[in-house]
Amino acid sequence: MPFSSLSEIKTRLDCGETTAVEVAQLYLDRIAAHNEQLNAFVHLDADHVLGQAQASDAYRAAHGVHGARALEGLPIAIKDIFCTQDGPTQCCSNILKDFHAPYDAHVITKLKEAGAVLVGKTNMDEFAMGSSTETSAFGVCRNPWNTDRIPGGSSGGSASAVAAALTPAALGTDTGGSIRQPASLTGITGMKPTYGRVSRRGIIAFASSLDQAGPMTRTVKDAAMLTAAIEGHDPLDSTTVADAPQLDWLKACEQRNMQGMKIGVPKEYFVEGMDAEVRASVEEALKQCEALGAELVDISLPNTDLAVAAYYVIAPSEASANLSRYDSVRFGHRCENPEDLLDMYTRSRDEGFGSEVKRRILTGAFALSSGYYDAYYLKAQQVRTLIQQDFTQAFEKVDVIATPTSPVTAFKIGEKTDDPLTMYLSDIYTIAVNLAGLPGLSQPCGLAQGLPVGLQWIAPAWREDVLLGTASAYEAATDWHKQVPAAFNEISGGKA
Amino acid sequence: MSWEVVIGLEVHCQINTKTKAFCGCSTAFGAEPNTQTCPVCLGMPGQLPVLNAVAVDKTILTGLAIYADINLESKFDRKNYFYPDLPKGYQITQFTVPLVEHGHIDIVTKSRGAKRIGVTRIHMEEDAGKSMHEGLDAVSHIDLNRSGIPLMEIVSEPDMRSSDEAIAYLKNLHQVIRFLGVSGADMEKGQFRCDANVSVRRPGEPFGTRTEMKNMNSFRFIKQAIDYEVVRQIEVIEDGGAVIQESRLWDSVKNESRSMRTKEEANDYRYFPEPDLPPLRVSQLEVDNIKAGMPELPHQLHARFEAEFGLSAYDADVLTQTRELSGWYEALVAAHPADPKRCANWMANELLGRLKEMNKDLAHCPISAQAFAQLLDRMADSTISGKTAKDVLDAMMETGVSADDFIEAKGLKQVSDSGEIDAMIQAIMDANPNQLAAYRGGKEKLFGFFVGQVMKASKGQANPAMVNQRLKELLKAS
Ligand SMILES: [Zn+2]
Repeated sequence: MPFSSLSEIKTRLDCGETTAVEVAQLYLDRIAAHNEQLNAFVHLDADHVLGQAQASDAYRAAHGVHGARALEGLPIAIKDIFCTQDGPTQCCSNILKDFHAPYDAHVITKLKEAGAVLVGKTNMDEFAMGSSTETSAFGVCRNPWNTDRIPGGSSGGSASAVAAALTPAALGTDTGGSIRQPASLTGITGMKPTYGRVSRRGIIAFASSLDQAGPMTRTVKDAAMLTAAIEGHDPLDSTTVADAPQLDWLKACEQRNMQGMKIGVPKEYFVEGMDAEVRASVEEALKQCEALGAELVDISLPNTDLAVAAYYVIAPSEASANLSRYDSVRFGHRCENPEDLLDMYTRSRDEGFGSEVKRRILTGAFALSSGYYDAYYLKAQQVRTLIQQDFTQAFEKVDVIATPTSPVTAFKIGEKTDDPLTMYLSDIYTIAVNLAGLPGLSQPCGLAQGLPVGLQWIAPAWREDVLLGTASAYEAATDWHKQVPAAFNEISGGKA
Repeated sequence: MSWEVVIGLEVHCQINTKTKAFCGCSTAFGAEPNTQTCPVCLGMPGQLPVLNAVAVDKTILTGLAIYADINLESKFDRKNYFYPDLPKGYQITQFTVPLVEHGHIDIVTKSRGAKRIGVTRIHMEEDAGKSMHEGLDAVSHIDLNRSGIPLMEIVSEPDMRSSDEAIAYLKNLHQVIRFLGVSGADMEKGQFRCDANVSVRRPGEPFGTRTEMKNMNSFRFIKQAIDYEVVRQIEVIEDGGAVIQESRLWDSVKNESRSMRTKEEANDYRYFPEPDLPPLRVSQLEVDNIKAGMPELPHQLHARFEAEFGLSAYDADVLTQTRELSGWYEALVAAHPADPKRCANWMANELLGRLKEMNKDLAHCPISAQAFAQLLDRMADSTISGKTAKDVLDAMMETGVSADDFIEAKGLKQVSDSGEIDAMIQAIMDANPNQLAAYRGGKEKLFGFFVGQVMKASKGQANPAMVNQRLKELLKAS
């Protein structure tokens, strides 16, 4: 059972074959066995997990099978960026060490209302700034497919935990690829919904105009289940959209038909610098889609090469302001014996933030400073508009776009830490989607030298149904999503 | 050669909403420190602003009242700086596209007459908290009750040429804001604060370097600070120096200003669009609805009071100072429609004078406009004289008694019966034969003596006009 999908576990719970407590215990045992090696979880309160599971079993007993809520008894791991009343919320930063939020993020409230059992906090790049989970203040997280390698980032802990079946599903956030890239590198499914689909309230902000929460799961259907539970207008997040088109999330997965589907293949995404085996896997996947009745259409997204540069102006600019509140005045790390106000600010922040976070705050403050604003921030916003237009034009011709999720498979720990620019290029295929506010999904489509390769689907805004339908059709015809890292697939001693 | 003074004003005015600009916390004044706060206005991680719609409506109303354009799409920006009483490390404000632009306020000053002052913009923003350093040994305390309170920043054109014009503009603006009910505008509570940009130049030359006088909260201090700054700048220039661009703080104890920070030390606020708030869109219909609900403005009332009620400019001025005053006056006229001028005279002179002595405002007046009208009625129908009315009013103000009850109880009713008055006159003539003879012999000065005697005999209750008239006739007769 550890590698079961959410929906499989749900079926077993609904049939009374198992209980939420048994399920929780199974994953707690696996976390106990493997987390030391992977460092996927940075906080776990086993008693609290079991308490939620007991409450869920009691709820099920009181309300019957039909009264069970959408995620009744299902374990979901939570990236350390989501504020939770239970346990610390630290964003894997020393500046928030031991910070306890007095409130739940909106999506956490929704998960609780859906009956989910929240399993600990997962590792991440500090303040979600990174592509490898190496900038975490709580130590690097490892990829279960090869523990010398990174799991991607910034939602690397969630990805690693799902890939190694320490949890059947997890929540991540995606600012420039932080769900899709680690999903790709760990062989799982991850979706970034349309910007404005999911409330950001209670999610520690990195870049407010780009951040979006989403599911990290073993299957496309699980991604739909989890998104259905967390999405929806939040009157307290003005960037969620009140009249967003409503979807039937599970039905979208069932309508998996590639017949006649026009899949756009942007030439700018298949260029030099990408791993040859990654390319081969993705091209093979596209051929398979063609065999399933889809039509491949060559398209162009001409401003793709500007996306990374625009992103690394806009995201740090917003971050530089978002991270100003960590000033040690009301909460968070404060230095010892400050001499005066300036000393308190500078030393507390110097001690609290890691080097990547500092680099981005400085980059952002510089891009916004008087005399440079027009050349950097304003220019980047203009590029953003051009990228949005690229997609709008492309979607006049095609239903969905397919690309590789990452140009490479999981790289070695430490391989890129000294070279931020190379690290930034890991997100080259995912960033444009955030800049355009579109939904994107990554699913496994191959293995290259034993490491997972991801296929990215991009749909028009509010058309997650297209993503889910297309990805479900591909998933149904292949078994890449069933591949698991052998080292973590030992014969379980438990009931499963 | 003379100097010309150039003044532009920025007013920060608290919008009177029940809740803060971006969260649900109360805005009530005077609560215990940090009791009116929540995760949003404390700048806690992950918290997001939600714009207060009432604050938007009140800003639009203010814009319409100064004949400004309302931008149907405006934007919010972040203004970045570190200070302990600014929880997020940035203030949400409107930098690039404010809600209101291009208005004006008409002023009149004694020295320079009528003038139109341009209002560049009104934008919405949030207030910061309050830092307290005094009386605390080496520590500072922060009260964030004020953090997130909605403000309008009203920015004028540099159109004023004297401190008198600046004060006239401010008083006018203050009056309009109070009339609209968009702000308490209580200067002592910091609900109406002013920054003044001051420079001097030779007439016809380009603007001189300006300095900014920060955060003044009384008309008197503002005038003093501007006058001080004008003298200081002229001295600097005439001594061969140059004014440096800086912010200055007025010390109302020492009556002088001092430099806070120069341009070089000023913050680079790194403004950029607030990604947590979509552009603010309002429809023309909403603007029209707000316009339809706009109360009469002071200058409109003033004109109407002159035309409709025949008031002098002075009385109209007094009675349109606040909405309470004009409302009370109109209620009074409604209850005593025969003589709006009498209403104005008696309200402006007798009623307001007594309230002032009692240290009360109109809201706490012991009598209603209807009760006051009864007093005026009794004068109009000659039941009492004006002199007696003043005594009756004293009693009414003191005890709340009605005019009729007091007149009745004290027997103050005027004698207007000609038979009764004739009888009194006859008795006085009979008692004073010598004076009568002298009067009839041509000593007409004695007329006053007879008036006095009759009034004395009537204990002051004889209708003086009738006494005069009857005396003249009866003294002549022989
Ligand atoms: Zn609040």
